[in-house]
Amino acid sequence: MREQFTDILSKCNADYVEIRFEQNQTTQISYRGGKLEEISRTCSSGGNIRALVKGGWGFACFNSGDKLDDYVELAVKQAKLACGEGFTLPSKEPIMDIVEVPVKDNATDTPLVKKKQLFDEYNDIMLTSPQIQDSRIGYQDVNRKVIFANSEGSYIEQDKPDLTLRVTAIARRNGEIQQAGLSLGSVGDFSAIENLHDEVKEVAKRAAALLHAPQVKGDEYTVVLDPIIAGVFAHEAFGHLSEADFVYQNEPLRQVMVLGKRFGGKHLNIVDDATIPGLRGSYRYDDEGMLATKTYLIHEGALVGRLHSRETAARMGETPTGNARAINYLFPPIVRMTNTFIEPGGTSFEEMLGEIKDGVYVRDWYGGTTSLEMFTFSAGEAYMIRDGKLAELLRPVVLTGNVFVTLGNIDTIGNDLGMNQGGGCGKGGQSPLPVSNGSPHIRIRHCVIGGR
Amino acid sequence: MERVLDAIKGKAEQAEIFEVSTQIVPVHFEANRLKQIQSKESSSVALRIFKDGRVGFAFGRGVDDVKNLIDMAVETAPFGPSANFEFPSSNDYPDVAVFDSEIPIITMEQMVELGKQLIAKVREHTPELLCDVEVTKGVSSVHLVNSQGGEARWDKSLFSINLEGVLMKGTDMLFVGDSDSSCRFFTDIDILANRIITQLELAKSKAATSTKQLPIIFTPRGVASVLLAPLMLAFSGKAVLEGTSWLKDKLGERVFDSKLTIWDDATLPYRPGSCPCDGEGIPSQRIPLIAKGEVANFLYDLQTAALSAKKSTGSGRRSGDRPPAPNISSVVIEVGEDRFEDMLKDMKEGLIVEQLMGAEQGNLLSGDFSGNVLLGYKVANGNIVGRVKDTMVSGNVYQVLKEIIGVGNEARWVDEIFLVPHLYCPRLSVVTRT
Repeated sequence: MREQFTDILSKCNADYVEIRFEQNQTTQISYRGGKLEEISRTCSSGGNIRALVKGGWGFACFNSGDKLDDYVELAVKQAKLACGEGFTLPSKEPIMDIVEVPVKDNATDTPLVKKKQLFDEYNDIMLTSPQIQDSRIGYQDVNRKVIFANSEGSYIEQDKPDLTLRVTAIARRNGEIQQAGLSLGSVGDFSAIENLHDEVKEVAKRAAALLHAPQVKGDEYTVVLDPIIAGVFAHEAFGHLSEADFVYQNEPLRQVMVLGKRFGGKHLNIVDDATIPGLRGSYRYDDEGMLATKTYLIHEGALVGRLHSRETAARMGETPTGNARAINYLFPPIVRMTNTFIEPGGTSFEEMLGEIKDGVYVRDWYGGTTSLEMFTFSAGEAYMIRDGKLAELLRPVVLTGNVFVTLGNIDTIGNDLGMNQGGGCGKGGQSPLPVSNGSPHIRIRHCVIGGR
Repeated sequence: MERVLDAIKGKAEQAEIFEVSTQIVPVHFEANRLKQIQSKESSSVALRIFKDGRVGFAFGRGVDDVKNLIDMAVETAPFGPSANFEFPSSNDYPDVAVFDSEIPIITMEQMVELGKQLIAKVREHTPELLCDVEVTKGVSSVHLVNSQGGEARWDKSLFSINLEGVLMKGTDMLFVGDSDSSCRFFTDIDILANRIITQLELAKSKAATSTKQLPIIFTPRGVASVLLAPLMLAFSGKAVLEGTSWLKDKLGERVFDSKLTIWDDATLPYRPGSCPCDGEGIPSQRIPLIAKGEVANFLYDLQTAALSAKKSTGSGRRSGDRPPAPNISSVVIEVGEDRFEDMLKDMKEGLIVEQLMGAEQGNLLSGDFSGNVLLGYKVANGNIVGRVKDTMVSGNVYQVLKEIIGVGNEARWVDEIFLVPHLYCPRLSVVTRT
């Protein structure tokens, strides 16, 4: 395969050309209530050619590689039509590598009967809990094998296994419906989602408890975030702003995101790190064949870095970070996060609460979105904080604010970093991309919570 | 496909093959400049079988190995749901026009030109606006066959233009945007451009609002994203069967304002949501969902219908590599009698909501929503006085739609699949930063 690719790519009339070829296998299982509702196996194979001519990109994807020359020609033709203001892609030493990811208990090889038995157990726990009338389980494992080659002579083969499990308990009483959930994931390791019976039981209890919880009064509060939702905040509210493709052509945003600018206190450090073994956002090479890196986005409160593809790094005159990723061969790589987290500080959770007279503690998440400066994120669970202590459980709340103001309002960072492996990120129609995010507990002053 | 059916004989009681091949060309502009042209070819086969009374399912993309696909389906069958229905033997479908023979011959150059025109027109109004534009054409061929003699085959085309614009002043950002789509080629970009120019015009000045209950006019985009998307979940026969739909026991009851009439219609000509039959070969039809405030029907695919002792409504939709499930095609809210200008005049103090950010993240089952106003305007004494920011709007879809002051007399397509007018609602919770 390698010789075939090298031969085709070396003949092209373009500034740069790459090919990505993939073979994927997926198993999906979903439950609704007591029933296994859907089980499916999927296999997919195909590839794409991406060509660059004077700053314009052409991209052609296909299922059958029989007419590879034609697709290369098409991609180059498209790139020529799109070409305009050029930029020079700094040339790179070719990389040759074959990356195998060791998986302890490979989910793709785990028999369906074993998977079903585990989910049946989790489901039984939920459905036999008081006031739980319904449940959901969504499971997926993927085995992705990617071959990458480019006109610079690089050739890389990589395994990218992935697994996610979402468990949801739904409680109902007098027309009221509440739910609580657990999102888990691993790098294709099935054993990572086994033996969680106690956690699943806890989820069911939480859903039932929400039925009796009051709604918070919408207002500004001092808010403490647990590691899960603080990680979502790091990813959604700030992480996306650090993606250079948002920034490089947007002059006003470039002014805002000037390196060195202060966004928070000295205690604030935010990192994106694709090199940590065993996390879902990790890899050796990104989908442009660039080596993965650890990138400080905020260091001691100041903006010090951002996430790049080869193009954005070249256009901004900064160092590439290896953050160009594609969910599969149907899409070109774009700038994405990997494992994004707030680094731990020195304050314990109890100390953090102790100073709050009247506030809200939020935990877990339904999701979050951002439109650059503004963010909203939904907590699955919330408690009032009164006189330094956790008080009554509240209905799920939505937090919103301006990210720049909010980063400045983070006044305390906990000592208890936790990574959430259950996430998936969406951008530019590419979703869900395996990522993880995390944080210790953090405290934010003056945070708006929606309610009635 | 026949060879797949032949290969399955003896391995399964019934079988269904759903084959799609698509060719999509997106032309993408970034920050006002042409950035990337793509061509995406993809062909897939979905195989559903009944084996020993259970349903097995496998999906292959770009995979020629029929035997492997059959093996995968056979492997899943022992764990699948029980096969409680029959694949339909129908061959006769309504004529639903969804193909425009002009679309395959549109050139990339034509698409580039349209994108350039749109950006130029919008930037004539606001030169500093940064526009991302996507002009897309697509053609797909669908072929469905089953072992019971059922067969359907159709071609579909798609053309769409989408613009998302951002205007930045310091750290203040304004997001505008809209899209148009059809199965037919169109070159008139003025309507789309003018909608975006209106957004820019109305958002020119800023206005403060207060924390209290306020009346709200949802624009068609606001109606679709904030109200309709979560509401439609409750009409899924699956959600009704499982008891998670808020409407599960309300069929025939008047739950909504009597001014509200909504239907699902997969037969509308040249709409991306239309097709002669659903993903299981059941003919497309128009299905009333809400008739003058009354819950009229729920949406069913074959399996959910069988479990619920109902008939399929032809709503078995396929998405990606998943088996069919009940879902909407195109949803239409019947227009009312109220002109937007009159709704506005009637409003002493309130908001117009075009887009809420995060509204879809709440507890969708209960109908609760809460979102930050991404694009919305303050109204004072019947006049739009400016854009509001840092403001949350919260409510419950079922409460909001129980009492409506007015339904707009004009509807437009939003997000390809919703044909909706303005809705004027008496009171929602508004929280703002002080």
